[in-house]
Parts: sequence; C-alpha cells; structure tokens
Amino acid sequence: MSSVSKIVLDVLHELGNEDGKDDLLNADDSTVLFGRNFDSMGIVMLTVEIEEQIFDKFGAQIVLADERAMSQKTSPFRNVKTLVKYIELLVEEEKNG
Amino acid sequence: MADNQVLIITGTRKGLGLELSEYYLSLGNTVIGCSRGPSSIENENYQHYELDVSNEKQVINLVRSVKAAHGNVDVLINNAGTAAMNHFLTTPYKRAKEIYNTNFFGTFLFSREVAKIMIKARKGTIINFTTVAVPLNLAGEAVYAASKASVETLTKISAKELGEFGIRVNAIGPTPIKTDLIKGIPKEKLEELINEQAIKRFGNIKDVINTIEYLIDPASEFITGQTIYLGGIFD
Repeated sequence: MSSVSKIVLDVLHELGNEDGKDDLLNADDSTVLFGRNFDSMGIVMLTVEIEEQIFDKFGAQIVLADERAMSQKTSPFRNVKTLVKYIELLVEEEKNG
Repeated sequence: MADNQVLIITGTRKGLGLELSEYYLSLGNTVIGCSRGPSSIENENYQHYELDVSNEKQVINLVRSVKAAHGNVDVLINNAGTAAMNHFLTTPYKRAKEIYNTNFFGTFLFSREVAKIMIKARKGTIINFTTVAVPLNLAGEAVYAASKASVETLTKISAKELGEFGIRVNAIGPTPIKTDLIKGIPKEKLEELINEQAIKRFGNIKDVINTIEYLIDPASEFITGQTIYLGGIFD
C-alpha cells in the first residue's frame, strides 16, 4: 500500500467512524466516494482532511479541487483508487515545482 | 471579543492593518499578519509572513503553518487592499490586474484556505473589506470599485456556502480614512465623497474596529452575508 493510499484510507476510516458509515470503515481501493458515500458537502470535508494530512506527512501544498479535478469527465473523486492516483500526481507535481 | 483568539489579518505593515493588529494584540490575542514587505510590528504574539496575497502557494503555506502552530483560526480579516484613481480609459491593463489580484484574489485565497480550517472547528468569522465607492459608483474608480463589488458578491455567496459550517462572512465598507490608501486622491474628490455621507466626516480606525467587534462578537451569530457601509452611505 502506498503512503498516499494509507492517508486516504485512514481519513476515510476516521470519517466512517465519525458518521457511523460501514462502507467507509471498511474502505478499500474500490470504495465508491462521490455519489454513494459523499455528497458535494461531504467531498468538501474529505478534501480538507486529505489536503491537511498530505501537508503534514509530505509537506506538499496540494489543492485537491483544482481545475482538472472539477473538469475531468472521470472525476478523481469517483473511488479510492482514482483519488489516490490523482493525489500521487499532484504530490509529484508539487515536488518537481 | 474574548481574548486568546487567533486572528489572521492581511496587509499589516501599515495603515488600517497595522492599527488593527496592534489593537487585537493589545487585547492579548495572537495575530498572524502578512504584507509584501517586512514586519513593522514587534510583539511576541505577532507572527509575520512576507508574501503576495494573490500567490496561491504562499497563502496556502501561511494558512497551513498557522494551523500546525495554533490548531485553529478564529477570525480572518481580509484587509490587504490597493486603491487606484484613474479614468477607466486610461487604466493600464497591468494595473487593473494588480488591483484585482490584491483586492479580489487575495480575499478569495485567504478565505478559501482559512475556511478549510474553520470548517473543522465548525466556527469562525471572516471579515472582508469593500468600499463606499461601490454603492456610490464613483467616477474615476471603475476598476477599484469593480474589484470591491466582486468582494461583496464573494462575501454573500461564501456566507451562504459556509453558513452550515458555523462560519460567518461579512464585509465592511469604510468611508475615507486618512491612510496611505487615499494619499493619491485629490482633496476636492475626498470632500465630494464625504458630502455624499449622511455623517460628513472622515472615518477613523475606531469606527472600523467598532464595526469589526460587532461583527465578530459571538452575539452576532445570526448575522452573515452582510455589507456594512460606514458614514451613512446607502446602497
């Protein structure tokens, strides 16, 4: 499991614990995010948590809700796998300046 | 307001931002300020960042560093602003963009990033700055007033979107105050403007502090999305 994947899953488990959502408590790569487990407000909270964790762990100042995330036909918030892949891309871009 | 609060105030090197910082520091609060230049405040509860408020990375760095150090932000005062007096036909595009960058995008970036912290705490107050040039549609201030009209709209809509998270957003529109912001405006123009006010005098720092105090007071928990113009200027 990549470190980004661990961060995302930890955040989902934490949110699942807070909201009593079994889907999130047992989240894995295939867990659906937007539409099933998160509405648009839920995505805002998820974004805030993940950005903060990524900053704490990697020192990377990513903004998850950038133009690509909002305009991609296949939203990175579709499921855990797509979100992790997208975050890894942003962290890599941030590292390369 | 209660003491030991954490405030972020933008544009703190001089003028209103400097005075607001000194006031809130004198009450025992922690103030994080910023400006393009070095700090002019020496206080153990003050921390300064040199940055451009429209630089996304710099703003994110400041806000996330504050979160790491203090855990939360109670109040954000988007004070940083730049004014310009020019006929719109002779306003350079570059200057128009600079005005928007500081007045609108600076407010937007700080509000967005600080709100992300406030959301988790389910509380917080954001104060934006507009100008009476908006309701008065002052000739010679097209771009400046337009940038502040954008701030007013941002205030209303962000208040709507953040209300459910316990975050309130309001704006203050001061009348001319004797600061650097108005130093380039001809005396006759200022007198003309003051004549439009119901209460005909220059504003002062106490007028602004009083309004901020009212808006950030927990007792004002039912007030959001509002713009308060000083001096008796009506929309």
